[in-house]
Amino acid sequence: MLRGFTGQLNSSRLEAGQIQLKVEEVQLYFGGLMALMDVNLQVRQSEIYAIIGPNGAGKTSLLNCISGLYHPQRGRILYQNGASHDLTKLRPHQIAQLGIARSFQNIELFKHMTVLDNLLSGCHIHMKSGLLSSMVYWGAAQREQIQFRRFVEDIIDLLEIEAIRNQTVASLPYGLQKRVELGRALALKPSILLLDEPMAGMNSEEKEDMARFILDINEEHGVTIVLIEHDMGVVMDISDRIAVLNFGQKIAEGTPAEVSANPHVVEAYLGEEHPSLALRRNNNQHAEAK
Amino acid sequence: MPETLPQFLFEHARKTPEKAALRERDYGIWQTITWHEYAEHVKYFALGLVSMGLVPEETIAIIGDNRPEWVMAELAAQAVGAKSIGLYQDSVVNEMIYIFNHADVSFIVVEDQEQVDKILEMWEQLQGVRKVIYYDPKGLRNYTEDFLMYFPDVEALGKKYEQEHPGWFEERLAQGKGSDLAILSTTSGTTGNPKLAMLTHRSMLSMGRNLMAVDPMTPRDEFVSFLPLAWIGEQMMVMSCGLQIGFTINFPEEPETVQHDIREIGPQVMFSPPRIWENFVSQVQVKIEDTSWLKKKIYHWAMPIGYRMADVRFRKETPSAWLKFQYFLADWLVFQEIKDHLGLRRLKRAYTGGAALGPDVFRFFHALGVNLKQIYGQTEINGIAVVHRDGDVKFQTVGTPIPETDIQIDESGEILMRSPAMMEGYYRNPEATAETLKAGWLHSGDAGYFDEDGHLIVIDRAKDVMTLHDGTKFSPQFIENKLKFSPYVKEAVVFGGDWPFVTAMINIDFANVGKWAENHQIAYTTYTDLAQKRPVYEIIRKHVEASNADLPPAARIQRFVLLHKELDADDAELTRTRKVRRKLIAQRYADIISALYSQASHVDVETLITYQDGRTAKLQTRLAIESLGKEN
Repeated sequence: MLRGFTGQLNSSRLEAGQIQLKVEEVQLYFGGLMALMDVNLQVRQSEIYAIIGPNGAGKTSLLNCISGLYHPQRGRILYQNGASHDLTKLRPHQIAQLGIARSFQNIELFKHMTVLDNLLSGCHIHMKSGLLSSMVYWGAAQREQIQFRRFVEDIIDLLEIEAIRNQTVASLPYGLQKRVELGRALALKPSILLLDEPMAGMNSEEKEDMARFILDINEEHGVTIVLIEHDMGVVMDISDRIAVLNFGQKIAEGTPAEVSANPHVVEAYLGEEHPSLALRRNNNQHAEAK
Repeated sequence: MPETLPQFLFEHARKTPEKAALRERDYGIWQTITWHEYAEHVKYFALGLVSMGLVPEETIAIIGDNRPEWVMAELAAQAVGAKSIGLYQDSVVNEMIYIFNHADVSFIVVEDQEQVDKILEMWEQLQGVRKVIYYDPKGLRNYTEDFLMYFPDVEALGKKYEQEHPGWFEERLAQGKGSDLAILSTTSGTTGNPKLAMLTHRSMLSMGRNLMAVDPMTPRDEFVSFLPLAWIGEQMMVMSCGLQIGFTINFPEEPETVQHDIREIGPQVMFSPPRIWENFVSQVQVKIEDTSWLKKKIYHWAMPIGYRMADVRFRKETPSAWLKFQYFLADWLVFQEIKDHLGLRRLKRAYTGGAALGPDVFRFFHALGVNLKQIYGQTEINGIAVVHRDGDVKFQTVGTPIPETDIQIDESGEILMRSPAMMEGYYRNPEATAETLKAGWLHSGDAGYFDEDGHLIVIDRAKDVMTLHDGTKFSPQFIENKLKFSPYVKEAVVFGGDWPFVTAMINIDFANVGKWAENHQIAYTTYTDLAQKRPVYEIIRKHVEASNADLPPAARIQRFVLLHKELDADDAELTRTRKVRRKLIAQRYADIISALYSQASHVDVETLITYQDGRTAKLQTRLAIESLGKEN
């Protein structure tokens, strides 16, 4: 009758609030096209940090720079986990090994493998036994495999996907595939979780579920989360801090209330009054007035 | 001889400590809890509660999915002379507050964060509750309320208490008497606050004993517990039968995995309300629709043979050698396979109860060779008073009384029952008790009669029986069940008593109709949209016509409407056991009903929808009304 999470999900050794990720003067261009222009930001341990901005503002490019898919021409991205690493000098698999996990805007799973196998594949980087000993499946290799399976079952329980663990990913509805992708990122035991539009294309119920999972991961396990999301309602509800990008530049940063009150944001990013943002701002003002 | 449920538990723990008592699927694997472990958990949890001041006059309330902790908490309360009450997880807040305050609840045992949040919300309004104990800590790490406790921590308190008071528990356990209250069971009142039936250990045990006198069960049997443990039917199987004979109880991993888990266990005995059996039927029907033409051919060849065999058996005739041979083939080719898929292959007996099951569903299972039997009873009489005997199944009836049970029909046609399994009365509600228990007889509120073979036939709730315009008495439930045999019909409400003819409001089955629509390339967006598609009306019309064919002319449905929303227990339109709340529906849908009895070909409805975040929206929909036949 063991209930709840038995393993350790968060691999970061920092105290909550310490600076974990520092993006310094990052500049990225493709030919003549400037994608990121002198972007500076700092993410602290155990916060939910949202990056918002209109299409083409450079949000995904920034995430790709952090996870090593793009290499910025200038600037540094410093990551702290006891030692300090400059991520711009590392390759994606090395960055993953440091504990930076991510999900993608378009789902990137092994479509014809089961949910369980997809999740186990996320554990791969923690695997120590070699090819031969894994093949005979004996001793340490067997113990390791059982331990991973146990860990993956914890994730299955966390994300409430028991009923689909043996189904192939391709047979699942979109919302569940997104959940599996989050699970695979968790299987890395991340210290930072990068989520690129985790709720895109979901209905409101699925969004609510996803928001709850993200909060669980953050509050229960202290995993730092950096997310890009278009749904302003969600962003304002769950984020601790928000950065706003526009044409590759950071134009604002702060708490949800600060950001939604910032005239630059309303003007530059939204172009016109965004109804949900305005509503929320009013609500916030009401709340403050009380 | 043990007199109480926990005494039976400790008896098993002494005699067969290593045998599997409970099993739970966790981490994707069946995890076993032996009788010894089961008893230890109960003991220490009970002592933990006692160390926090539980006294016999108090009640512990339990809310959650079916898990080992659920039954342990119940038995722990009983072991030290207190009683328990199970609540449905989806109970509304007001109902929960009423029960907690009315039933002297001092401890609430809940599953997880969801329930904890619910209780926190109502905490200010609760009177005697001292602690809230949860057993799934997920999401609760940062909760700081000092009345929250984790299940194992209570057990740890119990261990400490044991060291300080060695032998106390065993003594207290032995003091338990059959006349002590074991549980309070909520009855699905169709109006107002629920009534809480007081059931003693003696009455609970007598019910199981008498059922097993009719249908013996063995300690090697497996039972899958997936229906709410707050329901008397589940209490009956898990507690009364399970603890007396000592079979193994299996708890599914999650509500969504039940089907899969039943198949893995292959239970010998099952007891489910009609909705589960109806689901099985529509699953088979839908799967067959989707399969290859060859398989379809074989299925359609086999089913009539199955039905013929079932009918021969219902008439208690001996099947001809030719029919036997055909059935053997059909069984081998089709029926075994279907039963295997549903997890019913090892089933010795299956019961249905709680509401009436349509005759078509009944015949379907008997055609497959599943020994499905009707049970009749009420919470007030521990769930069972009447059951079909093996080999004497008549699908119009509910069978004959179990031992020690007397039944009579009073002059108004109401069914009266008397047995040792009867409740003591309603908890702190003498008026309701006096209305229900009169001169030692339990007044069921159901209308019924005995047929020539001594089988009891239940017509319906006495107040629901309708008199048609030609004077015949008719049960709307009977017609509704015929409609629900269609995989495309989820719920139906039939009207007719006070009206010149019979009409129906029908809920389509979103999953099955949706699938059908996809196969026929009909695009739709929402439930409401799908329900109003012309082809959907056509297909439902066919089913209504088919069901009309078996009914006397006066009882035939002449007009029907497909509702724009599903009837929902959350909106109080159904009871938690999915019985239709007729009176409330008649009020709420008065516009639609009057349109059904007019000449109109459609009706406009406006519904107020409340989203989970409290926002509301108005929806306007036009519902088509379909007229059948030339009679109108």
